[in-house]
Amino acid sequence: MSEVVPGDHWRRLHPLSPLVRFGRVVVGLLVLSVPSLQATHPHDRSWLNPSLISYAVLLVAGGLAGVVSWAVTRWRIDGGDLRIETGLIRRQSFRIPLARIQAVDIVAPLAARVLGLAEVRVVSAGRGTERGRLAYLTAGEAPQVRARLLALAHGLAGETPEPPAVALVHVANSLLIPALSLRAAVAAPLGIALAAIVLLVVSPEAGAAFVSGSFGALVLGIISVGRTFNEDFDFAVSEAGDGVRLDRGLLQRRHETIPYGRIQAVRLVEPLLWRPFGWVRLEVDVARQHMSRESDPSAQQVARTLLPVASREQAMWLLGRVMPNAGVQPPPEARPPRRAWVRAPLSYHFLAAWYGHKYAYARTGRVQAATIVVPLLKVQSVRLESGPLLRALRLATVHVDTAGRRWQASASCRDHEEADQMLWTVSERARLARRRTAA
Amino acid sequence: MVWGPALIAGIAVAVAARFAAAAVLPFAVVAAACASWLVERGRYRSWGYAERDEDLVVMRGLLFRRVSVVPYGRMQFIDVTAGPIDRLFGLATVQLHTAAAATDARIPGLLRADADQLRDRLAAVGEARATGL
Repeated sequence: MSEVVPGDHWRRLHPLSPLVRFGRVVVGLLVLSVPSLQATHPHDRSWLNPSLISYAVLLVAGGLAGVVSWAVTRWRIDGGDLRIETGLIRRQSFRIPLARIQAVDIVAPLAARVLGLAEVRVVSAGRGTERGRLAYLTAGEAPQVRARLLALAHGLAGETPEPPAVALVHVANSLLIPALSLRAAVAAPLGIALAAIVLLVVSPEAGAAFVSGSFGALVLGIISVGRTFNEDFDFAVSEAGDGVRLDRGLLQRRHETIPYGRIQAVRLVEPLLWRPFGWVRLEVDVARQHMSRESDPSAQQVARTLLPVASREQAMWLLGRVMPNAGVQPPPEARPPRRAWVRAPLSYHFLAAWYGHKYAYARTGRVQAATIVVPLLKVQSVRLESGPLLRALRLATVHVDTAGRRWQASASCRDHEEADQMLWTVSERARLARRRTAA
Repeated sequence: MVWGPALIAGIAVAVAARFAAAAVLPFAVVAAACASWLVERGRYRSWGYAERDEDLVVMRGLLFRRVSVVPYGRMQFIDVTAGPIDRLFGLATVQLHTAAAATDARIPGLLRADADQLRDRLAAVGEARATGL
């Protein structure tokens, strides 16, 4: 490990970066060129085949572009900013204020892991990970850079070592596989496929078409589970002084940090098929603006899995670590009035909303029961809505908005007087919560 | 805002014309005009806002009632917009934005000078009470 603290002066990314970044494109091109290689007649196997030449030119041009893009990219940590300069023709210079950093992740795709590289992704409040990507650094350097960025983001000296992490939960992979295969994406097509087989036995003509269709859906479901399994494999949650650390991934290892203060909401999800086993899932929502600008789908994942599957007790315990004193057991008065059944016949079963002095809670869903916990400190605005049907039923819905993008806590179908009171009480308590923190 | 009822009136006219019931046509137009005037008057009256000590309250809607409470400290920026028809009558709309996309606090139909004053007042208290995310 180098003596020099990384990032004080202008630095380049690792020379092997273009290989990893454009490796996928190269493989794609090679695969594309195989058919044209086979299409050539055996007696005419000259290398001057026009399509082959065009592929070769593309390959060389792509490689060259990758090398040039690496050569003109440099970065440094300068005062309160992370600065990245890139671009040969259109020179771009980004300044990411360290104070606005939401989280710093280390991502290592398979190709990068093989070469001992890792990417540092800076998630900032203004624009997500759009600009703050250092791809790639060496696997040894990446944690140092992350520690430095996080230390500076918290207003500490850059040399402050990363606070030691205490392991909290490790999700057994033997639990992850059955849990994921019981998710609706697989279970529903599987059910349809079974029904199709039964139909096939009863009447072969009608069943045949049905079977092929349902198997297609089943394959898609299995692919999606495989992808989630790949992402959440070997899931470990640990806690450091500054936030929660998540380590996960089979082929692509991710090492994520979620600072406590940046969590906008936590969601406890109980899918239908998990309920007999008592399994739940925890997700967190982090502040983010302008989703649509993101080009990388993996960077869009704002609501992160905090715990892919666990027993209820384990999840409650972890929730207590992330949000102290939050209790997700609804009190009896949290239920909406009976007439709400007219408006929400399916979700009425789980519908509930209540609030304390630090958190607001909302529970909804039928197939997938979800409880959302919002710290009142993070409330951006409170809204009351009531359409014609709700008004006829003397009901109203109260929304609690946060800067998170994925979900908001909505107290659906409350009695209209209670909703009015909830609107004023929640905004007042949110004000008190802000004042407490300011003081 | 006038276009919804105007469209309904237009459709009523078209339907009446199609049945070639020339006698019905004036009544339909008058009825549609009255209805839209009543609806618009109600909607206009339902709009309201209150500047409280710590937050701004905006209420609106006749059929869909909405009340928004936006703390001053949460305001990210404030828009004042005036479309061509607004400008014709010297009006403007003030809109508040917070870090939450769902926040919906819009105050339409203010006099231009009032809108500018409101914006400046809100910006001043917003700056004084600004909090992080």
